Amino acid sequence: MIHSLFLVNASGDIFLEKHWKSVVSRSVCDYFFEAQERATEPENVPPVIPTPHHYLISVLRHRIYFVAVIQSEVPPLFVIEFLHRVVDTFQDYFGVCTEAAIKDNVVVVYELLEEMLDNGFPLATESNILKELIKPPTILRTMVNTITGSTNVGEQLPTGQLSVVPWRRTGVKYTNNEAYFDVVEEIDAIIDKSGSTITAEIQGVIDACVKLTGMPDLTLSFMNPRLLDDVSFHPCVRFKRWEAERILSFIPPDGNFRLLSYHVSSQNLVAIPVYVKHNITFREGSSQGRFDLTLGPKQTMGKAVESVLVSSQLPRGVLNANLNPSQGTYTFDPVTKLLSWDVGKINPQKLPSLKGTMSLQAGASKPDENPTINIQFKIQQMAISGLKVNRLDMYGEKYKPFKGIKYMTKAGNLCQFRLH
Amino acid sequence: GQHLNLISHLRNLKEMLESSKESLKLEAMKRIVGLIAKGKNASELFPAVVKNVASKNIELKKLVYVYLVRYAEEQQDLALLSISTFQRALKDPNQFIRASALRVLSSIRVPIIVPIMMLAIKEAAADLSPYVRKTSAHAIQKLFSLDADQKEQLIEVIEKLLKDKSTLVAGSVVMAFEEVCPDRIDLIHKNYRKLCNLLVDVEEWGQVVIISMLTRYARTQFTSPWKEVRGQSGEVMKAFYESDSEEKKGHTEEKPYIMDPDHRLLLRNTKPLLQSRNTAVVMSVAQLYWHLAPKHEVSIVTKSLVRLLRSHREVQYIVLQNIATMSIQRKGMFEPFMKSFYVRSTDATHIKTLKLEILTNLANEANISTILREFQTYVKSQDKAFAAATIQAIGRCATNISEVTDTCLNGLVLLLSNRDETVVAESVVVIKKLLQTQPTQHSEIIKHMAKLFDNITVPMARASILWLIGEYCERVPKIAPDVLRKMAKSFTAEEDIVKLQTVNLAAKLYLTNSKQTKLLTQYILNLGKYDQNYDIRDRTRFIRQLIVPSEKSGALNKYARRILLAPKPAPVLESSFKDRDRFQLGTLSHSLNSKATGYQELSDWPAVAPDQSVRNVEIIEASGSDSEEESSESEKTSSDSGKSSSGSEQSSSESELEQKKKKKTKKVPQKKSKPTAADRYSEIPAVCWSLRVTTSSFGPVKTYELLHHMTGKGLAAKYHFPRQPCLYQPSMVAVQVILSNSSDHSLEEIHIGDRSPASLSIHCFNTIERLEPEASVTVSMGIDFSDSTQAANFQLCTKEDQFSVSIQPAVGELLMPSSMTEQDFCKEQGKLQGMNETSATITMETANASSQAISKQVLSVANVGVVSSSQNNFSRFAGRTVSSGALVLVSLELKESSTALLTINTEKTVMASMLLRDIKQALTQA
Repeated sequence: MIHSLFLVNASGDIFLEKHWKSVVSRSVCDYFFEAQERATEPENVPPVIPTPHHYLISVLRHRIYFVAVIQSEVPPLFVIEFLHRVVDTFQDYFGVCTEAAIKDNVVVVYELLEEMLDNGFPLATESNILKELIKPPTILRTMVNTITGSTNVGEQLPTGQLSVVPWRRTGVKYTNNEAYFDVVEEIDAIIDKSGSTITAEIQGVIDACVKLTGMPDLTLSFMNPRLLDDVSFHPCVRFKRWEAERILSFIPPDGNFRLLSYHVSSQNLVAIPVYVKHNITFREGSSQGRFDLTLGPKQTMGKAVESVLVSSQLPRGVLNANLNPSQGTYTFDPVTKLLSWDVGKINPQKLPSLKGTMSLQAGASKPDENPTINIQFKIQQMAISGLKVNRLDMYGEKYKPFKGIKYMTKAGNLCQFRLH
Repeated sequence: GQHLNLISHLRNLKEMLESSKESLKLEAMKRIVGLIAKGKNASELFPAVVKNVASKNIELKKLVYVYLVRYAEEQQDLALLSISTFQRALKDPNQFIRASALRVLSSIRVPIIVPIMMLAIKEAAADLSPYVRKTSAHAIQKLFSLDADQKEQLIEVIEKLLKDKSTLVAGSVVMAFEEVCPDRIDLIHKNYRKLCNLLVDVEEWGQVVIISMLTRYARTQFTSPWKEVRGQSGEVMKAFYESDSEEKKGHTEEKPYIMDPDHRLLLRNTKPLLQSRNTAVVMSVAQLYWHLAPKHEVSIVTKSLVRLLRSHREVQYIVLQNIATMSIQRKGMFEPFMKSFYVRSTDATHIKTLKLEILTNLANEANISTILREFQTYVKSQDKAFAAATIQAIGRCATNISEVTDTCLNGLVLLLSNRDETVVAESVVVIKKLLQTQPTQHSEIIKHMAKLFDNITVPMARASILWLIGEYCERVPKIAPDVLRKMAKSFTAEEDIVKLQTVNLAAKLYLTNSKQTKLLTQYILNLGKYDQNYDIRDRTRFIRQLIVPSEKSGALNKYARRILLAPKPAPVLESSFKDRDRFQLGTLSHSLNSKATGYQELSDWPAVAPDQSVRNVEIIEASGSDSEEESSESEKTSSDSGKSSSGSEQSSSESELEQKKKKKTKKVPQKKSKPTAADRYSEIPAVCWSLRVTTSSFGPVKTYELLHHMTGKGLAAKYHFPRQPCLYQPSMVAVQVILSNSSDHSLEEIHIGDRSPASLSIHCFNTIERLEPEASVTVSMGIDFSDSTQAANFQLCTKEDQFSVSIQPAVGELLMPSSMTEQDFCKEQGKLQGMNETSATITMETANASSQAISKQVLSVANVGVVSSSQNNFSRFAGRTVSSGALVLVSLELKESSTALLTINTEKTVMASMLLRDIKQALTQA
């Protein structure tokens, strides 16, 4: 399946290679570099590139291309999903997944890749199992290792791989038994010029951090499970139980994991909790344009809209922008024409605004259209769909765990206002 | 310098490896792995490294393995030194050490050790540990790629491992099967049911491989569940067996289609995997349904595929490609999710283009105006390549949907005045294409373009218009010479590309209308002769020789007209995904639109199903060869799966559930019996106390007849209320209609015609172009009943006929569940007293007296939500009317001897009395 893996940075250097079968020359990446040169943006490199003898399937994350070399027919999603799993694992181990982090931990990276694939076929991809095999580096351990020469590799042999619950290691013990659940919802929306919604979707996840002794069997139920239009589960969730009763029943992995991702049906949509008032004008023949943008909250059930960040790609003709924010700071990059305004928290009494003028290239014609505005925000303690967890019960163990739940709403990657 | 550096570095490392200190050795190995990772050559350290292969330090040993696997191929002789270590480890009592020894041994690509590997694989395949057996399955592929001559022996091992009942082994051995002997379908028969039943518990990567293999298997073993294709293959049959078995052929055609239970088993057992977090698993189930399920069942995969669009960019890319192919054949599948394909400014270009492709595929008469409005914003995009692609998409919509051709053309004509060259050029190109496909309507638009001509400054657009006028000069006989006159005036000031087309226009006019244009043409040709640009001088000279007869021009002159005014073929405007369905969905070949190495064709359905009994498994065999399982876990799995494979013909989803539950129960010995939620309420405090509502109205679905096939001349229709919120408009009630064709000919253009009352608002389903005999299709529609049980009357039309039908909703279907707490319920109930309260005392059937039975009965009648109650003798349900959103509260107070007080509070009093009647009936009957 997966023959080799090359890690390529933004400037087109291969900084790591790993082969699971016989060695494939790194010159195979030349085809990738060609595609990279052709692409106007890093994101535009096609994920699947055929070459005379191989196929290159790549993912781009954290400005690193993970390029897998394939020799014969394989579902491309299989490879893509696996590569993303590799990135997630690196992130889990090193906190960040950067070129520097990978180079610093090259031995651990190699050990991980060795365990994750055998002959190009995924072997151990569960974080729980990997962590039993290879301990994540910590500052303390690195120091101790250098002095004593002891190892990252687990002394014990993993038992999880053999069990019917491969995602959970055995013999887990905690003095404080806790289970935390974060319900995080993201809104993706397109709002048109007049403020009406073209599309809006709520996409949510429940991330869990479960630190419970033994083999706990949990059930989690919702007040309003019918809100969930479409769901995908961690393999630990018993599907039939969900089908029949709309209850999540599972033996959790140990530590952090994503229990559930869901989509809220479009019927239950709440309007996006921020509105934008805008007045951006360019006049024919004038070398100045006016820019006026005001943000306001709506329908947030009294919760504050925080960490607001507005960004917009201004038309090519704009040379510079001279703006005055009522709060926060803004930057304008005259090369990429990217305007970004770090607003912070929206105070409903004093709405944040950004006003001023834009200077245009002399003699250039008036830009065709107004730009699109992308917006980011966060609202704590609220799930915008109204999803509520009803209760969490534990069976199979005798102790009483501490249970906590947190809600949060934020803008997805695709929250945008069209001003044209 | 750098090279010398590396050499001294390597010398250093060698010294470190030869030292007696473990920590130094480990440090050296770490640095060596660093070199390997960078792609540096560290092969000369081989002798020093290989000595440490038997080290006690696990990490050191593992790093030596990494090195060994990397360089063994280059240093074959030295690599052999390590083999004995692995041979010893293969006998280790610890299963992990055995497995890891086999992993490394089989990864050393040295041909001399093939016999040793073969032996090790055979032994490991019979190992007691499933983990070691899994490793041996991986080793099979490695050995096969090292020495393909071992195929026969390896197949024997595969055959043995396929019988394995461990979920650990299943994925790996199927992978080996796919690599080594994908054509040996016969090895699968006996294991088919077991694989289907194990599937849910196999690790996710194995699931993908197994599903893909079973898709191929099913296409060779079962008959087609798609009626129309069956007819076709029947014909193929006829051609094949014409001489010997005509009788047999007739027989198969008459028999109604019954799905093989094994076929159904596969579909049923893969469906839950649509909920997997692994995108590759979801995609593989989707392709399985696409290639194997009856047509009306395929749409269950839609939602899951749309879900994948919220994953990483690369995932989106692959999924969109597959949706693009699917949406050509099955618009209806994705039309309700059209908005998910709207383009965001942050999308990568290849994602944008695919979304555009899909939106164009989904366009139909009903949604085209929405799509065109969306396209208008794309045209304004700053990404001009994308804007150009949008214009092409508009062109495709214009040719596919005749209603909007004119609108599109007008829109495109407007775009000609756009400032951007790409947009203009693309518009002209598309207009040109549209005009070529519709030669009748030329002149008006060409006239219009000629009028706009003076205002258009973009050279490319001017040139294109000149070409159009020239090409169709005979249809605009008055305008063409006038344009030429203007061009003669401005010729010297034009851009080169415009000059070239002016010369072209002049030549064409000279040939068709030389009386009016002879002088003009000569004037232009003279200007061109002395132009600064040599291309133009060259072209002018060529044209002059071609069209103006002279002694030098020769024979070519006679053909000038045929050369210049040859009819040009109209360009075809169709999806680039049109032929992609020749590849199995989800494959690399499908992504690339060309056959990848090792691609396995999906065979056509057999006309007659091969022997079904080959899949029967005897029970004795199930506990066969490896009954002395070492691991207790896998023993459980094996006994479970053995049971299910023997009884799989009737194994229903319940038995699966049981099986799974049983397994889980064993793992959790403390859990004696499955506690019901109610038992536990008081014991463990819940996370959140504020609200207590459960909505669980998943009652049985009642199906009603809409049109009997006798009345409908073969067209039969049934409908039911899926009790889902209506996608099209919140005030509508969702209705699913199952249309089937029981006539002997195919029905065409099934759609909804007139409706009464005329104000009735219905969201119609897409016109069904064609419904083959025996086929059926499920469509959804939305009807706004305005909270009344008055029937919605409309006409169901086919191409030839119209049938008046009506849908009369039961009052309970006009509601949707509402979530509220007990307190809120009582508060709201307090507000709806007096006139708004309807109640009756009823005597219930004893079987219905429990609160669960009450819920079940009430939910079967009305689409309401259960309000959890703190009092045992009270059952409460809350709902809202779909159209106006008025609250409907139902409460039932149990009295003695199965009498109860049924109360309904709502301002819709008519509905209340009808609902009261229905609920009463449901509860008093058994």
